Amino acid sequence: MIELRGLRAGYRGEEILKGVSLSFEPGRVTVLCGPNGCGKSTLLKAALGMIPRLGGEVYIDGDEIGSLTRREIARRAAYMPQERAVPSITVRRMALHGRFPYLGYPRRYGRDDYAAAERALARADAAELAERALPELSGGQRQRAYLAMALAQETASVLMDEPTAFLDVGHQLAVMDTARSLAGEGRAVVLVLHDLCLALKRADTLAVMDGGALAICGTPDEVYASGALDEVFAVKIRRALTPEGWQYYYV
Amino acid sequence: MKSSPTYSTANKARLFAALITITLLAAALSLALGPVGVAPREVLAALFGGDDGSTQARIVLYARLPRTAGCVLAGAALAVSGALTQSVLANPLAAPSTIGVNAGAGLAAALCCAIAPTAQALTPLAAFAGAMAAALLVLLIAERTGAAKITLVLAGVAISNILAALVDAVVTFAPDALNAYSDFRIGSLDNLTLPRLAAPAIVAACALAAAFSLTNELDVLMLGGETAESLGLRAGRMRVVLLAVAAALAGSAVSFAGLLGFVGLIVPHIIRRFTGDEARALLPASALGGAALLLICDTASRTLFAPYELPVGITLALMGGPFFIWLLLRQRRGRTA
Repeated sequence: MIELRGLRAGYRGEEILKGVSLSFEPGRVTVLCGPNGCGKSTLLKAALGMIPRLGGEVYIDGDEIGSLTRREIARRAAYMPQERAVPSITVRRMALHGRFPYLGYPRRYGRDDYAAAERALARADAAELAERALPELSGGQRQRAYLAMALAQETASVLMDEPTAFLDVGHQLAVMDTARSLAGEGRAVVLVLHDLCLALKRADTLAVMDGGALAICGTPDEVYASGALDEVFAVKIRRALTPEGWQYYYV
Repeated sequence: MKSSPTYSTANKARLFAALITITLLAAALSLALGPVGVAPREVLAALFGGDDGSTQARIVLYARLPRTAGCVLAGAALAVSGALTQSVLANPLAAPSTIGVNAGAGLAAALCCAIAPTAQALTPLAAFAGAMAAALLVLLIAERTGAAKITLVLAGVAISNILAALVDAVVTFAPDALNAYSDFRIGSLDNLTLPRLAAPAIVAACALAAAFSLTNELDVLMLGGETAESLGLRAGRMRVVLLAVAAALAGSAVSFAGLLGFVGLIVPHIIRRFTGDEARALLPASALGGAALLLICDTASRTLFAPYELPVGITLALMGGPFFIWLLLRQRRGRTA
């Protein structure tokens, strides 16, 4: 559970987040969307204390973030960044490094860590990639490797910045299924997504940002009904009832 | 979909077996070869029997053993230092000299040669102090802005240039220092004794232990600053710590061997082709590779033109350079480092 209260954050006097109050609740998939540059990625990083906070409060599992060390934060919330380095490391070793926040002395991973890494690999659909090095993989496969690392952290909250970028539609839906099953275990799942239709169909809570502030937050139905999406994205988004439920499309 | 056989455990075991064999063979040759040939049996007798008064035993113990030990120490320290700098800065061109180590040691040595030309024994200490001071200055400057990789590299280049200009100034005012400084700059393992190696060996051993205990941190750092932070690692601070360790390693080596820059650049590159970037394999393999390369080059520099001897820095560049280019040409797929 992560709670933001009037969070303001940014770099060197440039305020990017202008007072956002929002909570990422356990058991729910929260999707953040908004136009490019609206502060979605900044919101995720600020929620984990990775960029300077200019005001407001952040609580992770009830504790103010200022009172937690980086390691403690990493044991409570996993984060999958948008930009990913590609060192020549095997996928299995990467998943194992997901256990880094738990590493004690001597600095060696134990049996529990190896077991957690294997579970994460299987869950991220990356088990067959385990022995391969990151640079040899396709963009989508690298994504799964990073997902495995985040899952190996086994945290109560999981934040992912554009986890469906670079993925074909089948793998996009697989990521959404993984997100759903993580939420089903009582974790708070937060995704930044660009695909509005996917967001409307799969989110429990949809938070729409615009210009560093929250434009609207609610269930997809509420957000759709408010008409805020048309305004924020300057498009016309409509839906039609089909035998497979509501389908969203752009006009 | 094929697996990547390069990084399999079996291949790593084979790589280490090969590296250990090559290093031991090179060390044996380094002890046995030279202007005076010493039979393998006599080498062993000297090593385990001590000084029995024979010429052979004395040559092995007092002329060759310090040199062999110096090669192993400098080679291992420089190669691990290079592997650390390249990984931390995510820059294939990085080497210990990138963070100012060589320039700092060079200036200190030049000052020594100019001010106290008779006190040769001072040079190693001064060189080590100079190397550490320059590297720490670079780290301090970069740290003020969060120790981003590019800031570290640029600060290193700037400081190195300033120090190089100061070296030129010293040599201009004290032209007599040029000869001694030039020897230091080229790098050589001449005139070593075991007692003189003791202090650098202790520093290098501590720094190596630190580096080997931080292999997970190094891996995590290579996954990018944001990923490292999200895993609970303070990326900027860990970059500074690891580069300080790299500076101590390179500083201890150049203090007695001179500016042997090339080992730190090429050995990690060659090793990475076999181990990938995983630090727990890369660092020890680099240590072995560096020791072997320096042993081979030093033995060659003593024997190829006997009775003349080339400084090892020259042999290193002339043998290591073409070998490195040959490796690059053999590389089929373009793998980015």
